[in-house]
Amino acid sequence: MKTYDKLNLDRTVVAQCRGYAKAIGDATQTFIDKHTTVTVERSVLRLAGVDGIDKFDVPIPNRLVDDVKKKGDLSRGVSVYLASALKATGLPLDKFLADYREGKAAIVGHPLVKNDEARKVLKPYFDASFARIDANRAKRQAYLDRFGKRDCELYLIVATGNIYEDVVQAQAAAEAGADIIAVIRSTGQSLLDFVPYGATTEGFGGTFATQENFRIMRKALDETSEKVGRYIKLVNYASGLCMPEIAAMGALERLDVMLNDSMYGIIFRDINMQRTFVDQYFSRSLNAYAGIIINTGEDNYLTTADAVDKAHTVLASQFINERFAIQAGLPAAQMGLGHAFEIDPAIQNGFLYEIAQAEMAREIFPDCPLKYMPPTKHSTGNIFQTHAMDTLFNAAATMTGQSIHLLGMMTEAIHTPFLADRHLAIENARMVQTTMGAMYDELRFAPDGIVVKRAEEVLRGAHGLLKSIAETSLFDALENGVFADVKRPRDGGKGLDGVFLKHPDYMNAALERLKEARP
Amino acid sequence: MKIRPYGDTSNDGKVQLSFTLPVKAGAKGIECAKEFAKQMGMIDPNVVHCDAMGESFSMYVVYGRTPFSVDPELITVNELETPALSMEEVETLIAEQLGRDVVFVGASTGTDAHTVGIDAIMNMKGYAGHYGLERYKHVKAYNLGSQVQNEAFIKKAREVHADVLLVSQTVTQKDVHLANMVELVELLEAEKMRDDVLLIAGGARITHELAKELGYDAGFGPKKYAEDVATYAVLELIRRKNRG
Repeated sequence: MKTYDKLNLDRTVVAQCRGYAKAIGDATQTFIDKHTTVTVERSVLRLAGVDGIDKFDVPIPNRLVDDVKKKGDLSRGVSVYLASALKATGLPLDKFLADYREGKAAIVGHPLVKNDEARKVLKPYFDASFARIDANRAKRQAYLDRFGKRDCELYLIVATGNIYEDVVQAQAAAEAGADIIAVIRSTGQSLLDFVPYGATTEGFGGTFATQENFRIMRKALDETSEKVGRYIKLVNYASGLCMPEIAAMGALERLDVMLNDSMYGIIFRDINMQRTFVDQYFSRSLNAYAGIIINTGEDNYLTTADAVDKAHTVLASQFINERFAIQAGLPAAQMGLGHAFEIDPAIQNGFLYEIAQAEMAREIFPDCPLKYMPPTKHSTGNIFQTHAMDTLFNAAATMTGQSIHLLGMMTEAIHTPFLADRHLAIENARMVQTTMGAMYDELRFAPDGIVVKRAEEVLRGAHGLLKSIAETSLFDALENGVFADVKRPRDGGKGLDGVFLKHPDYMNAALERLKEARP
Repeated sequence: MKIRPYGDTSNDGKVQLSFTLPVKAGAKGIECAKEFAKQMGMIDPNVVHCDAMGESFSMYVVYGRTPFSVDPELITVNELETPALSMEEVETLIAEQLGRDVVFVGASTGTDAHTVGIDAIMNMKGYAGHYGLERYKHVKAYNLGSQVQNEAFIKKAREVHADVLLVSQTVTQKDVHLANMVELVELLEAEKMRDDVLLIAGGARITHELAKELGYDAGFGPKKYAEDVATYAVLELIRRKNRG
């Protein structure tokens, strides 16, 4: 996407914002590097090829990590335990897992091998998984080379609870013009400290993220891609207590986009902040390797905080999310920073504020595939009004060169969308893109006008906020409710008991490979 | 007098309908839509729009007349009849009639991840120019957020000696919210707390009638704001206090 300097933003202030974000990111990274979590360790196992469940439906990665937690020392990392078990039993991984399931083999109780030896023992297993991820990446690229890609991709959601029903709706949406399909997760999955297994047909408000469900939907969308001559991207949520494991599953099954915010779980799901910071780093490192675009969740701030007064928190958070992404090795082309169109339509010139915010994001993050979210907060049961508001949103997206355009539904706030709701949403967006396609290139703003001044004000607000966070810490900021007006204690929330201080001899064979692969 | 929907002439009974059929768009689909509208009772259905949605689905917009009519005189509504006092009037009422702080505990309970509704009622800023309960003098408001389990909700209510419990349900699938709302009533009864609190439900799909059916004291749907909830709650608390 071509970018312009339409807002005359003060580039010194922008550079200072990045400087503060770096200070915030560095300080947090020091904490991250000293810790691991149960789900990071389970991801290591998944990347080594461990999968499946026991007779009580408990995932084997959970069983193994729990064994090490209880009977071993998880602060050493699960890699060395798995390698030691394989070495001592002399079994290949699949045979070892078969024995383990039957209670005939254990992951703990063997003499621990040295880290170098562990790397050597596990290498063939990681080689296989990483080769599969490499192949996925190549296949995605081959599709994109063949079919090309739209500048602004239309993103639609399916959420039936039943993966097979989701397939019907996703294929219909793609055939109608959607470029990106997200399968919303069942409510509550973010708080599960395990990933469900197998194909699922029951869910609430969405469908469980399982590796098998990923595979089923990917296969269906590949068929549709061939049919419609566009590569249909698949989205899921590397968020919640199993963020890194879902990233691993997504990398293995060729998802293309992952919701993967550095702070969303803390703020909106009351997941412990220490846990989230460690988990987001591993999952983003993996998404970077797999060529998966991450989407951040700043749009959500405006569903609880005011879109006019708190616009600067969105920008500040984008700077922080960008920084965390850089630290995990993500290139800008994979940073789908989020924001939203949530200003009360009753506010005089509110649309101009929306344009200011969206254009500002475009200019400050020129190489990022920005994810733009439609209005939800001021949607009521008046479907005609909501459809009109969505048209304004579509116009704002088209006028400011947004990249990932999540479509608004006229039945927002009523029910999960009907097939026709999606159809009408696509039709609306296509109409706007057609009738005002070149608007982004044509449009300029009055130098002292409302849009330019608003952007300057929001940038200044973000600058002040980032400065104050850099002077204390991100932990303090979250405790003080800086984002979304939500306060979270450092030791509160869910999942803290799954965070471990690393032993000096800690070794993570998967993360090492991810780091080595960084450019 | 019986009435019918008003299109452009009195009692013409004109209605609009849109729906999707799992058939390919085309002449046959249009006939299916027309036949379907007839079976719904529409007279002279006119399929004004048919659009393909992929190869296996099509959507329709249909206009027609309905033969049905209703007599408003015979329709009864179970509606909350409280005056809507202003924030200041509610504050004065609390100070003069109760002489203590009123404690509200609110949450979006069960699996519901939406906080829009409960935030609109409770947050300082409120919604659409109507300040939320947090701003009220003599009110202690605890907003527990979303996905709060009923047990945790009750625990908090007990801990802070809640007078009023606000349960928000926004968008749910397959009516899971109804079971969850009923479970809360049962748990409160089991804990012998049901008579000690005012239990109020709110949300886009909630009506007062539905709330009463589920065992709540009151229900608030769309276009109800913090002052509506506060007025009802405070007047009811005063009534209960005077009753002894």
